[in-house]
Amino acid sequence: MVETLQNLSSGFAVALSPAVLLYAFVGCIVGTLVGVLPGVGPLAGISLLLPVTFGLNATNAIVLLAGIYYGAMYGGSTTSILMRIPGEAASVMTCIDGYAMTRKGRAGAALALAAFGSYVAGTVSVVGLMLLAPPLAEFALRFGPPENFALLVLGLLVLAYMSGGSMAKSLAMAALGLLLGMVGIDTMSGFFRFHYGIVELGDGIGVVPTAVGLFGISEILLSAGRATKTEIHTPRLRELLPSRQEWRDSAWPIGRGTLLGFVIGIIPGPGHVISSFVSYAVERRLSKHPERFGQGAVEGVAGPEAANNSATSGAFVPMLALGLPSGAVPAIMLAAMMIHGIAPGPLLIQQQPELFWGFIASMYVGNIVLLVLNLPFVGIFVNLLRIPYSFLYPSILAFATLGVYAVNNSVVDVWIMASTGLLGYALRKFDFEIAPIVLGLVLAPMIELSFRQSLAMSAGSYAIFFTRPITTVMLLVGLALLLLGLRPVFTKAMDWRAAVGLEPVARREGKGNS
Amino acid sequence: MTTRRLTADRLAGVVLAAFALVALWESSKLPLGTVEQPGPGTVPLLLALTLLVCSLAVVGGGGAAQPLSALQWTEWRHAVAILGACAFMALALERLGYRLTILVALLALVTLLEKKSLVVGVVFALGFSLGSYFLFNTLLKVPMPQSPFGF
Repeated sequence: MVETLQNLSSGFAVALSPAVLLYAFVGCIVGTLVGVLPGVGPLAGISLLLPVTFGLNATNAIVLLAGIYYGAMYGGSTTSILMRIPGEAASVMTCIDGYAMTRKGRAGAALALAAFGSYVAGTVSVVGLMLLAPPLAEFALRFGPPENFALLVLGLLVLAYMSGGSMAKSLAMAALGLLLGMVGIDTMSGFFRFHYGIVELGDGIGVVPTAVGLFGISEILLSAGRATKTEIHTPRLRELLPSRQEWRDSAWPIGRGTLLGFVIGIIPGPGHVISSFVSYAVERRLSKHPERFGQGAVEGVAGPEAANNSATSGAFVPMLALGLPSGAVPAIMLAAMMIHGIAPGPLLIQQQPELFWGFIASMYVGNIVLLVLNLPFVGIFVNLLRIPYSFLYPSILAFATLGVYAVNNSVVDVWIMASTGLLGYALRKFDFEIAPIVLGLVLAPMIELSFRQSLAMSAGSYAIFFTRPITTVMLLVGLALLLLGLRPVFTKAMDWRAAVGLEPVARREGKGNS
Repeated sequence: MTTRRLTADRLAGVVLAAFALVALWESSKLPLGTVEQPGPGTVPLLLALTLLVCSLAVVGGGGAAQPLSALQWTEWRHAVAILGACAFMALALERLGYRLTILVALLALVTLLEKKSLVVGVVFALGFSLGSYFLFNTLLKVPMPQSPFGF
């Protein structure tokens, strides 16, 4: 503990240096803007700014990108609450009760509780990150390929189970993402798969163009041409104070959201999105008045907002401790670290303590910056939405193209962005979750490598997945989730009996009564 | 009979299943190795099979989904034009350079698609292309494609 505090104080020495402070501040502002603007999101924002960091040193670059990430989490709530427009995917749940509160004249309180919840969650979860990452890094040195394989498979199954709607649809999307991740040179044999003569596909289908296409471009395609005369509510400063009852009602949801978000953030998957959904569901389940949800329940704002911010820090745990990205944004952050010559993994904390602890300390600073920045200047950020959409979306399109191109200086990436944009547009029209595609794409090479390495370790025996306790437990949990999630498919398959009059009488009567 | 109608889920499931079959076919051309020592084609083959099974489950469970006719495609003109702009940028970026490509793409979107006046379109497109070039290339030193005409 003493050692941790010593390390943290040296981290603050780095984080409070003028240059790092400046980049944390710039990251938070850009992140808030990115979060406010619909269709951009943290992923597109980080992708766009990645080339800008090439000229910076590693610490400044990572601090800037992390600032954008958690800044976007804060910013996303603003438009959700005031306009029912989620700035990014993690704010979807905030829309429901946040906007209902706005319609009741409680926009200021909703914004204040979202910001306060985000601040508490952000700060507490950084403590979690600080305490958990170093021992996890040490523990991870014992993980072998079978454990990694089981962990990644479990992550995908948890994501599919947590996603809204049918699990079969989510699993189909995850399988599609994994298949797309098979394009490129096979790391074990050097065989170039599915290239169709395009040399640039050697490194596989890029995460950045795919994510920007699936999320950013598809959003533009869906919303362009739509009448967007939305009324913008800008609360005054004095309206930002929640009532005593609202503080009381949101205290536990913030606590639960922080814990849930941190744990879910660690698990592979878009933790910040899933955690807000899970937190909302948990709060509704625990509430004595679940009927208030959707009508402006403050718990439905405070819980998910705390959860998505906490998940942001949670996502950094496997990234910093294990070198494993838990989602698309950490994957891009990881790529940024590698560009700056940092080898992510269990040895990072030992070999580059100034970077790790400087980064941790900058997150404390960043959370304070965001709290100070967001509430008083909410009116300024919201005014961005007064820009007519007919000018806004061409600008986002141009920025997205520039950002995607600049990562590898390749027009193939621009084509991938356009193609995945079309794919995302069609899938969203047909009500499919697109997040599992990105996660599948990110995890595919790791899953395949750990699967084949495991078999190489066991001389081809599949028993290796069932004889190691951690692997077995994770795979069994995954199987249980799979069966639970697919239960509706099996029960629906039984419906043919009803059609031919074989359904049990009691069940039919029960249906008739409902 | 709701079980026989064509729903959005069923159509999507059929399309995904067709894609899975193509992926199966393509994967089968890769070296598959053995069960004990999988080759580069094994995992893609297994994933294509998984996709096929999931797609069929979507088809099977899709009877209660919204009917295909309920899907609205009112924004299709905009979508086609925006995808056209993306394709143009991909084709032109390294041929015309960043500034000219963005200028043309934005001008077309704003004036032809959004029906803004030519003056407004030119001011916006010119301002954006030059401004973003100055910000990213000149100030932030991000390398950006140049046109053969020297700008």
